[in-house]
Amino acid sequence: MNAVVQAVRRHAVMAVGVLVLVYLFLPVAVVVLFSFNDVTGRFNFTWQGFTLDAWRHPCRVPGMCEAVTASLQIGAIATVVSTALGTLLAFALVRHRFRGRESTSLLVFLPMATPEVVMGASLLTLFVNAGVATGFATIVIAHILFTVSFVVVTVKARLAGFDSRLEEAAMDLYANEWQTFRRITLPLAAPGILSGALLAFALSFDDFIITNFNSGNTITFPMFVWGAAQRGVPPEVNVVGAAMFVLALLCVGGAELLRRVRTARR
Amino acid sequence: MPERSGADGPALGPRDLRLVGLRKAFGSAVAVDDLTLTVPAGSFFALLGPSGCGKTTTLRMVAGLETPTAGQVLLGEEDISRRRPYERPVNTVFQSYALFPHLSVEENVAFGLRRRGRKNVKGVVAEMLELVELGGFGRRRPGQLSGGQQQRVAVARALINEPEVLLLDEPLGALDLKLRRQMQLELKRIQTRVGSTFVHVTHDQEEAMTMADTIAVMNAGRVEQLGTPRELYERPVTRYVANFLGQSNILDGSVVEVRGNETLVDVHGVGLLVPGRLGAPGSTASFGVRPEKALAVAGDPTHRDPALRNAIPGTVTDVSFTGLSTQYVVRTPWDQELGVFTQNAGGETLVRRGDPVVVAWRPEHTFPLAAGTGAMPDDEPAAPPVMAPVSS
Amino acid sequence: MTALLTTPTGAATPAEEPTVPPERRRVPYLLLLPGLLWLAVFFVVPLVTLVSTSLQTGSLEEGYALTFSWSTYSDVWSTYSSQLLRSFLYAGSATVLALVIGYPLAYAIAFKAHRWRNLMLVLVVAPFFTSFLLRTLAWKIVLADDGWVVGALQTVGLMSDTGRLLATPAAVVLGLTYNFLPFMVLPLYASLEKMDPLLLEAAGDLHATPVTAFRTVTWPLSLPGVVAGTLLTFIPAAGDYVNVQFLGTPNSQMIGNVIESRFLTVLDYPAAAALSITVMAVVLILVVAYVRRVGARELL
Repeated sequence: MNAVVQAVRRHAVMAVGVLVLVYLFLPVAVVVLFSFNDVTGRFNFTWQGFTLDAWRHPCRVPGMCEAVTASLQIGAIATVVSTALGTLLAFALVRHRFRGRESTSLLVFLPMATPEVVMGASLLTLFVNAGVATGFATIVIAHILFTVSFVVVTVKARLAGFDSRLEEAAMDLYANEWQTFRRITLPLAAPGILSGALLAFALSFDDFIITNFNSGNTITFPMFVWGAAQRGVPPEVNVVGAAMFVLALLCVGGAELLRRVRTARR
Repeated sequence: MPERSGADGPALGPRDLRLVGLRKAFGSAVAVDDLTLTVPAGSFFALLGPSGCGKTTTLRMVAGLETPTAGQVLLGEEDISRRRPYERPVNTVFQSYALFPHLSVEENVAFGLRRRGRKNVKGVVAEMLELVELGGFGRRRPGQLSGGQQQRVAVARALINEPEVLLLDEPLGALDLKLRRQMQLELKRIQTRVGSTFVHVTHDQEEAMTMADTIAVMNAGRVEQLGTPRELYERPVTRYVANFLGQSNILDGSVVEVRGNETLVDVHGVGLLVPGRLGAPGSTASFGVRPEKALAVAGDPTHRDPALRNAIPGTVTDVSFTGLSTQYVVRTPWDQELGVFTQNAGGETLVRRGDPVVVAWRPEHTFPLAAGTGAMPDDEPAAPPVMAPVSS
Repeated sequence: MTALLTTPTGAATPAEEPTVPPERRRVPYLLLLPGLLWLAVFFVVPLVTLVSTSLQTGSLEEGYALTFSWSTYSDVWSTYSSQLLRSFLYAGSATVLALVIGYPLAYAIAFKAHRWRNLMLVLVVAPFFTSFLLRTLAWKIVLADDGWVVGALQTVGLMSDTGRLLATPAAVVLGLTYNFLPFMVLPLYASLEKMDPLLLEAAGDLHATPVTAFRTVTWPLSLPGVVAGTLLTFIPAAGDYVNVQFLGTPNSQMIGNVIESRFLTVLDYPAAAALSITVMAVVLILVVAYVRRVGARELL
């Protein structure tokens, strides 16, 4: 009897969990599905038939591929800079004891606790007051700002489990400070840094609200979607969304596969 | 600190490891307190003590992983105290091995050689893995090895650099008893073969006694006593050492008189003889005797052996048979419990619980202890233990 | 015996110095410098600028001057009180909903998923890879008046034939819940995962019913995750204006919409700044309460 109750309970939790996952994926499925919609008219809101047209010529929508390129460029620059800054911050916070460590943690956390609309608005006031024209550069600055905290969190999590005796062992085995960093610290922290970078890129590529305040005449992909939403979103936009999704999943799957192959071979 | 050499001691070896006035404080906590000792080149030396006694800190100062607050670490005449860890001809086997998880066993072992720019290390690495009986494991990752195998990789990784001094920080602590015994012998074998100086930190007195030529017993940042395993066991000079290495019956009394090379001490009305001159009549004296050196007999013990001149009457309160020996607990008239171990060699007279007996031993088996109340290993920081010089 | 031991001489002990050499003590500051500089220039300074802007008066034509006028605050609070209240109400509802449905998911991943654990975690994050705007637009399709959800609800009779989902507060809250759900699930999972499942068995062994075990063991231990998830959901939800734009109606605007239009369309900077500072202040109060509750250590 008790076993039955237990089993029901176990599966009940799992069933709810799976339902929630379905909820999470429902819109993704719609995005993918409607990238194949044979739209006649302005609005891609109802299913009208299957076609591969949008996938064949995604760039035929004026301005969209330019927007995607801008987003990719901004994402790449912002990711490199914020990964570098965030990794240094994470190293300082995890590996060193210094005065003001707690307040530094708080300062690093605060951007994550700031609503995007506030962060976007405050940056805009800065740029307006400083007489800086908003555009590509200001978007990059804003993206570095709001992604850096996420990089810190990710790298910190990886470094927290780091055994500092490994570095001592390396130094004991004739590796100087630089060699120790290069041969031991960096390779062991690399997965954390890499996931931090991926997260930064994903956040940057997808950001709309902060970008909206600081974009000037530059149009990123989310900005393009926002504009298109007023007029009707063509299925080509869904193609980009679906393609990003598939690409990201392939990356994750590939990384996992690589890891397994490596552990199996050794 | 004057060095003793020449006439009253053996000459210093050219590359002995010497710690001179070494001190390490973390804030106000003193981990190592003015430590001075010499580890002869090529010896197997053990630092023995309970956790927190400063032995690991001492080791880390030798490795260069901690900077001494004061004092020097010398190799022969060379002061290495301020050198970075990678500038010292010293390697360490870490407590939980600290093998690099992202490198293969081979690359772990080759790590030190590569950092020093050695090319073509493959042959040497293979040879070293053979020495620790891990040939064929080179391509695995540390995570795929058992505890004992990881331990041997750690030893190989350190030894391949042919360090002048190899430091072992509780290297066997993570292994089970059987494997530990086996590794003890193996390490001893390797040390004999490579001839480096081994400094071994452990809290396991049996391990230290099995492996080391010389043991330094540490307590609260200081060395209590230093000597060969036999010296420490037969002639402990403090209560701490007497209780940390094996068991002891310790007696306190006052000096009655010095008789030639012996001192007669009164312990609750019982006169007992202790070798040496312990002090002026009336001064307090402490001494001990190992349980296996004592006998529990009914009647006059000198009838059995005239040399059993020390005798304390008492009552047997407990008898336990362990196979190898029978262990008696005898309560004295002043309610102290004394242990007596009798080897199970056959032909012993049977003593039962409640029997009146006499605990007897030879005066020469008595070891005098330094005055004062030394801390027992079990009860935490009592008065600072007495530091006693040992003549070599 | 060849080893020598000399008695200590009781030499004067030198002052207890931290043993980190001075050049190494600079290392953390050098590591911090670039990142903190960035945060100072582009986070702290803009917030200060925002505060000073909120205290300015004037008009777009004549220019704004700093007059330390607090009246802007009382003006915007009375003018936009409904939007402010609605924002916190919607964000609060979305947060509670996200907690209610996110907790079982996090619990399932932590304790029931076993070898599917990593896959399920990837699935929680995966929707992020599709544009946030596109996913919100997708809800517009799903909830559309002629969509299958409304159709099904009408067929079953749970909804009148003229009832609709799109352009209702419910749709906005649903969208907000959806968008920030992973921010709830991940911290919850992180704190549940740290928990020893043996603790639950121990509780069961001590005759706790599953409900009691949950109330007395699981829930208190997962509290840091609950608080972190709540903050990470509530904060972005309170500032969001995309969901209202796509799923709501113009007369159910949230404070984000107001700030956006004041800043970008009307160019009424003091009012927009005062509203931003108001939102930020509410968020800061929440963060401080959080720090008090679980300590700054858990923040990052």
